Amino acid sequence: MNDPVRLYDGTLSSRLLLGTARYPSPAILAEAIRASGCEIVTVSLRREAGGARAGEAFWSLIRDVGARVLPNTAGCRTAKEAIATAQMAREVFATDWIKLEVIGEEDTLQPDVFGLVEAARALADDGFKVFPYTTDDLVVAEKLLDAGCRVLMPWAAPIGSGRGVNDAFALRALRAHFPDTPLIVDAGLGAPSHAALVMEMGYDAVLLNTAVSRAGDPVLMARAFALAIEAGRAGFRAQPMTPRDMAEPSTPIIGRPFDRLA
Amino acid sequence: MTTLQLLLDELGYDEKTVGTALNQEFVRARDRAETRLREGDAVEIVTPRQGG
Repeated sequence: MNDPVRLYDGTLSSRLLLGTARYPSPAILAEAIRASGCEIVTVSLRREAGGARAGEAFWSLIRDVGARVLPNTAGCRTAKEAIATAQMAREVFATDWIKLEVIGEEDTLQPDVFGLVEAARALADDGFKVFPYTTDDLVVAEKLLDAGCRVLMPWAAPIGSGRGVNDAFALRALRAHFPDTPLIVDAGLGAPSHAALVMEMGYDAVLLNTAVSRAGDPVLMARAFALAIEAGRAGFRAQPMTPRDMAEPSTPIIGRPFDRLA
Repeated sequence: MTTLQLLLDELGYDEKTVGTALNQEFVRARDRAETRLREGDAVEIVTPRQGG
């Protein structure tokens, strides 16, 4: 089924974006990426002692896998921190794509949407292709588009919670309000059925990490999510029937045996 | 007088892929040799890592 999704200058056949954190081992991470068929993986920048080699080893593994990278600004708490992190990421990873996170609250890791819009505008003006991690708020979404974002990434539930869709109405409203903007559900999904649901709503793609990396078998779960996303997308395109309150026989009534002829 | 590049060399980052910032402002790789460090400056040196 040829049904690509366009995200900025990238045209992708897989609608799954995969995080690279918290896997049992680098080998399992690499295998999960391959099993999922994803073409974009998220990465970050962190401090490392001068003699250590963890960062180099990780970067080498990602390059070998061949996926395009989407660096994040995870953990940044101000627009200023996020902007500097994005600029470092552009140089280190040689990409102008940035998953923009400005965290406003520790318990929920809820975005600080004010800092997010401020950083998004500065980065878009500086030539970045911004993927903002945001809430499901319509007005914030409008302001992010006005700031120069061409993709939006609303949460389904708090990062790493695995709760699935907290507010289906809000996600449906966002989809209906922005029919032409690529919308990626980022954060909070736990099971493949959650991903299928948002794809059936018409979301363009799903970004996952913990649901795969912390599963008992991350490689199998990566594959399960890929199948669910494909199924959900096909279900959306196929235009589901309208639900009814009462039963309606699926087998024809006319010609039923034992029917009394009046 | 020291520079950001001299600091990187001294700390053993010379062969690594790193990003740098000084006092929360990004410093490009090509500007490190001319970026002087002063007492109390906050230097960030980062490398690729796993992320969600």
